[in-house]
Amino acid sequence: MATATPAPAATVDLGPAAALSCRECGTRFPLGPSFACLECFGPLEIAYDYSGYDADELRKRIEAGPASIWRYAPLLPVPADVAGKPNLNPGWTPLVKADNLGRELGFTAQLHVKDDSGNPTHSFKDRVVACAIEAARAFDFTTLSCSSTGNLAGAVGAAAARAGFKSCVFIPHDLEQGKIVMAGVYGGALVGIDGNYDDVNRFCSELIGDPAGEGWGFVNVNLRPYYGEGSKTLAYEICEQLGWRLPEQIVIPIASGSQLTKIDKGLQELIKLGLVEDRPYRIFGAQAEGCSPVSAAFKAGRDVIRPVKPHTIAKSLAIGNPADGPYVLDIARRTGGAVEDVTDAEVVAAIKLLARTEGIFAETAGGVTVGVLKKLVETGQLDPSKETVAINTGDGLKTLDAVADAGLTATIRPTLESFRAAGLA
Amino acid sequence: MSATVRIPTILRTYTGGAAEVTAEGDTLAAVVADLEQNHTGISARILDDAGKLRRFVNVYVNDDDVRFAEGLETAIKDGATVSIIPAVAGGC
Repeated sequence: MATATPAPAATVDLGPAAALSCRECGTRFPLGPSFACLECFGPLEIAYDYSGYDADELRKRIEAGPASIWRYAPLLPVPADVAGKPNLNPGWTPLVKADNLGRELGFTAQLHVKDDSGNPTHSFKDRVVACAIEAARAFDFTTLSCSSTGNLAGAVGAAAARAGFKSCVFIPHDLEQGKIVMAGVYGGALVGIDGNYDDVNRFCSELIGDPAGEGWGFVNVNLRPYYGEGSKTLAYEICEQLGWRLPEQIVIPIASGSQLTKIDKGLQELIKLGLVEDRPYRIFGAQAEGCSPVSAAFKAGRDVIRPVKPHTIAKSLAIGNPADGPYVLDIARRTGGAVEDVTDAEVVAAIKLLARTEGIFAETAGGVTVGVLKKLVETGQLDPSKETVAINTGDGLKTLDAVADAGLTATIRPTLESFRAAGLA
Repeated sequence: MSATVRIPTILRTYTGGAAEVTAEGDTLAAVVADLEQNHTGISARILDDAGKLRRFVNVYVNDDDVRFAEGLETAIKDGATVSIIPAVAGGC
């Protein structure tokens, strides 16, 4: 769906990106601000020209690159000199050896947490926005926008401020206060929509086809093919941090399902490029019970996702009509993984479990992932004798209400007597 | 029944560039059939070979996603607005 006249393809420098390709029917289109196939409405994604890469040289080039996602610029739809442009330069976040959590969950193999709360705006969204910004530059957009469950709005606001774009972002009006402040502080327009995320998304899709939205780059709508590629960097980093090795199992949260599908794409690219040795891996998806259309379809053996009205504290995952859901089902089934869900109470318990065992304070989405990890082990769906990575996508400071009972454990007068009397000695 | 149908950019080649057109029908299926009468080829973009809504098309009657209603059999009241929107998403 073209929404603005793109710069002629010959002038667009987006590195190895060669074309847009329909994931459903394979029809190819020139690079431009388009997201849906003109033939079948299927989602467009980037087709690359990776010819001429030698595995050893590419590995060395990456290892010598900056400590950000731009070390993987040769594999992304960005210009080769991207690291010199004004951008938030996210990524290269810690892969934490989660020995304490692993012990509690009964792991005999290494468990890792890929902690993406360390990004500039404290969620993985900085990765995808960083790629979308480069496409927005290439296509001469002046205003950046998005529909958001919160994290993305903050990431767009910050990236726009750094890169010199105007921004106007749309969120459900009833998000967590932390996310609203985080999205508003960067000075762009922040618009609350009276509705849920799916309503916001629908509004943005209509705005994009209206003259009022002319010249706007919606990072997760008309720039979506470029934006989505940023999630591949999670796969690249995990493998590089493991010493250029595939993990055996990965647990990933699902909202639209985009992140999970792009991590799989990233792993497949590393195999094809010879950067990692091919071996089986299993991908698991995590949802909150109050918004679990993909998990429900997986368990019922269906290929079709039935949309739901979300009702969960995990608002960053509260997408009732997940566009990439069918692909998540394909990947979970192809790799021998699964899609599972946990209750809000289990989400809260998992946030506390991760904090208590590893010193990582996750937002509710991270609680969903760790809660599902626990459930997958307990139900025998995930093998604790295989090396496993769980992804924490955001910072707990954004969803403080979820664990608001984690306050003072004692209040005493400033005397040793009070300290002893409280049983703290 | 007469409905206003909002046409996404992707389908405006079939409507001469119009962002909104009028179509008749008591159900969504009838509205799509009427669209086809006046804008030849458009229904094959909205429906798959089996005559069902394509997987990546969202259709709203007024504010309601027809997947929560009766799909193609969703009733159309006079003056309704039908929005056809490609599926996209945010979140993880």
